[in-house]
Amino acid sequence: MTKEEILAKLPYGKSFLFVDELLHIDENGAKGVFTYTENLFFYESHFKNHPVTPAVILTETMAQIGLVCLGIYLLKDNDIEDQLSIAMTSNAIDFLKPVYPGEKVIVTSEKIYFRFNKLSCKVKMENVAGKVLCKGNISGMLISKSNG
Amino acid sequence: MNKEQIIEALKTIVQPYSEETSALAHIDENTDFINDLKINSANLVDIILDIEEKFNIEIDNDSMAKMLNVKATTEIIESKLAANAG
Repeated sequence: MTKEEILAKLPYGKSFLFVDELLHIDENGAKGVFTYTENLFFYESHFKNHPVTPAVILTETMAQIGLVCLGIYLLKDNDIEDQLSIAMTSNAIDFLKPVYPGEKVIVTSEKIYFRFNKLSCKVKMENVAGKVLCKGNISGMLISKSNG
Repeated sequence: MNKEQIIEALKTIVQPYSEETSALAHIDENTDFINDLKINSANLVDIILDIEEKFNIEIDNDSMAKMLNVKATTEIIESKLAANAG
């Protein structure tokens, strides 16, 4: 499965897609990038006159690149053409530095385990200078829905 | 390890994943993880992984699918332990 095929299978609409490009993917982890452009919808309100990327969005970005893209890749051999959905079931993240509008980030994930359809990963987000912005663990259940 | 000891160990494993204090206090063979202890599927996976570690056994997909209550779980642990010993 190519990196482009994985992106095409992501279930998010345009305003909630936080993956620009996958740089690398294999059985053990994923690496991808996203740029928080200044016109993203949440900057207007978070905060008033002081735009900072919300922690939930940083978490979501790490989940989309680190967990969901990896999950789609890991299920590639399953005989399903249909929608794959992934429910985040837990996370524990440390937020080390604020992320401002216009910043490009690199997310790297490492698989901890993938058993009984639960995927658990160690994730980290860095800026282009290699400084860690946030890191932690995210887990989710992969649910594939057949057409039946 | 006899059945009572297995159930006692299970009780310790399951505790962090359930908020149902009264059901937890009265765990017995008939306790159902989902209906009585309100454990979701993601936490059920963690419980299975904890069981593997605690008892030094490996749980396959078919066994996992059956491990929805204390009785079935105890039986599976007993049979895996017996297989390990033999």
